[in-house]
Amino acid sequence: MSMRYLEKLVTLELDVEKCTGCGRCTQVCPHAVFELVDGLATLRDRGACMECGACQRNCAFGAITVDSGVGCAAALLDAMFRRKQDATCGPTGGCC
Amino acid sequence: MFGGYRVRAGIGRYSYTVDPGLYAIGRPTDESEVLVTANYKLSFDALRRELSGVDAWILVLDTRGINVWCAAGKGTFGTDELVARIASSELARVVSHKRLILPQLGAVGVAGHLVSKRSGFHVVWGPVRAADLPAFLVAGRKADAEMRRVRFPLKDRLVLAPVELLSGLKLTLLVMAALVVLGGVGPAGFSIASLADRWPLAVASALLALLSGALFTPAALPRLEWRMFSAKGAEIGVLVALVVMTSLSFGTGSPVSRGDLASAVVLIVTGSSFFAMNYTGTSTYTSVHGARNEISASIWWQVGGLVLALLLRIVGGWY
Repeated sequence: MSMRYLEKLVTLELDVEKCTGCGRCTQVCPHAVFELVDGLATLRDRGACMECGACQRNCAFGAITVDSGVGCAAALLDAMFRRKQDATCGPTGGCC
Repeated sequence: MFGGYRVRAGIGRYSYTVDPGLYAIGRPTDESEVLVTANYKLSFDALRRELSGVDAWILVLDTRGINVWCAAGKGTFGTDELVARIASSELARVVSHKRLILPQLGAVGVAGHLVSKRSGFHVVWGPVRAADLPAFLVAGRKADAEMRRVRFPLKDRLVLAPVELLSGLKLTLLVMAALVVLGGVGPAGFSIASLADRWPLAVASALLALLSGALFTPAALPRLEWRMFSAKGAEIGVLVALVVMTSLSFGTGSPVSRGDLASAVVLIVTGSSFFAMNYTGTSTYTSVHGARNEISASIWWQVGGLVLALLLRIVGGWY
């Protein structure tokens, strides 16, 4: 009963062909999704991904793709009903 | 202490900023580390507090008073701002090395390799928490696995609960007002006497729905089996509703009508579900596709529950 979310919906993909084993993804991921095995990145725990996008942004080799965004229902609802361009946090009326 | 709550609630948030630019703590030299942070006063103060006794430079980015993680999500704690701030603070003339330590959560907005390319400064990813910085520095700028993990312990869940409580308050008061007014409806048409008699349960149930979803559910979060926050909230809502039902002794001799009690139960369960769902944004592990899925699976049940609670409230005037 640890804190895990809807794992099957995660959009994270790793293209090992492009990986150079620099290890940046293992440093920036807040949920230890990646692990270097034999000098290359692997998805150790894909289901723990929160789609923050830090790994994709910091992979200089384009080996990681994830459709990132805020996992915040309030912001998403706000975007749906006010027809805003995209859902982000605050600064107006938001939490952060 | 209350300053922390006030600023999280957004009250006078913009006076809780620090001017962007380069700051010195202790007596840094040209070889001292450069730590990058947001111009949110709570972030800046936490960094200064954890680094007491360390001589270092702090480069404060303009994130409009937003914390590192949220600002990185928006892109204000981002590559462009960092590169521009390195230039405007003339950092290359202050330090003789080419190394920046960034908070790990800033990686959502900052691409380390692009910063190197554009500024010549190399990004080292520091730990998630400022409290781990001294150990990180002592270890030769190495973070262990635990320093890289975002956790969500009870203390954090509760510290952030007032944010959700406050943002849910407006809706709560609105629904509460509607329920109180509907309490005047009954066999005699609209009567103030009926309203005066029936208002306490309306006020209590609206408040309990909010507390259940935005405080009790976050507190119990890892103990609740469901993955969806809306389901976790509904579960706690059922427990709260059961307590309300037992204490009001459903049936004969009850101080409230059956319709009013049923209205309260439905409102507590669905309201708790809704406010718990909104807590996904405060939590540290929910994904956007998960949250979207959760909304589409839950929102119409929640809206339906609200409508049903309002209808039952009218029924409560008769039965």
